Amino acid sequence: MSHSLDAYLLLAAGLFSIGTFGFLAKRNAIAMLMSIELMLNAVVLAILAFGAFTPSLGAQGSVIALFVMAVAAAEVTVGLAIVIAIYRNRRTPLVDEYASMRE
Amino acid sequence: MSLPETIPYVNWRWDDLVFLALAGVMLGGALMVVLSRNIIRSGLFMVLSFLGLAGIYALMGATLVAAAQVLVYIGAISVLILFAVMLTQSKDGPARLVFHHQAWAAAIASVVIGALFVMAILFTTWPLAVPAPIEQSAKEIATLIFTDNVFAFEVVSLLLLAAVVGGIYLARRDPGPDESTAGTLSGLSEEP
Repeated sequence: MSHSLDAYLLLAAGLFSIGTFGFLAKRNAIAMLMSIELMLNAVVLAILAFGAFTPSLGAQGSVIALFVMAVAAAEVTVGLAIVIAIYRNRRTPLVDEYASMRE
Repeated sequence: MSLPETIPYVNWRWDDLVFLALAGVMLGGALMVVLSRNIIRSGLFMVLSFLGLAGIYALMGATLVAAAQVLVYIGAISVLILFAVMLTQSKDGPARLVFHHQAWAAAIASVVIGALFVMAILFTTWPLAVPAPIEQSAKEIATLIFTDNVFAFEVVSLLLLAAVVGGIYLARRDPGPDESTAGTLSGLSEEP
C-alpha cells in the first residue's frame, strides 16, 4: 500500500476534494484560505508521489515541491493581508457580506 | 527484540500500517478543518493535517520536503493564519452559520471532482512507475536547485520579497492626514 503510486495519488485526490468543498462552502474568508492551503498541499503530495516513483525524474519532484511551497507562502501572505484590509473597512470576515464589491 | 517482517495475523508490511495511520490523521484533520464550527479549531486541525502530511512525505523518501513542510507550513503559515484569525475575530463570537446556504452544491461539486480523480487514477497505468519510492537525498536536491533551476530559485526569492512588501502595504493601517505627519515627526525625532 505504501509502495504503490496509486495510494498516494488517491490520498491527494481525497485531500483536494476536501479542500474544494471547504473553499466553496465556508463563509469565513480565512477558512477559505485554509482550504486553499489544503488543495495546494494535495497538489504537492501528487507532485512528490510522481517524483518519488519515477526514477528518470531524479530529485526534480522534490525541487518542484519546494518551489510550490515557497509560492504558497507568498500567496497566503498576500491573501491574509487582503482579508485584514477588507476587515478594517467592513468589520466582518464573512465573504457573503462583502456584497458591495459586486456593485 | 526485533519486530517480525510483517504485522502478525494481518500480514501487512509495517510501512503500510504507518501509511494508513498517517493518511487517517491527515484526512481526518483536513475534514475537521472544513467541518469545524470554530475557526481557531479549524486552524489547529490544519496543523495536525500538515503534520500527517509531513509524515507521509518522510515515508515516501522525500525527507527534505518533510522538514520543509514542518518548518514552512506548521511553523510559519499556520501561525500566520492563526494570527489573522485573532485579528479578524468579531465581537459576537463565532458566526452561527458556518457554511453558505448552497453548501449542498459545494458538497456535490467536491464529490464529483473527487470521483473523477479516483477514476482517472484507477483507470490509468503508469508505465514509468517503479514498485517502491526512491529516496531523494538533500545533496541531490540542492545540486538540482542551484544548477538547473537557479533561475527559478531567483524568481521565487524575488516573488517572496514582493509578497512581503505587498502584504505590509495592503495590511498597513491607513493613517489619517494629521496622524501621519505626527507619526513621521515623532519617528524622525526618535531617530538619533
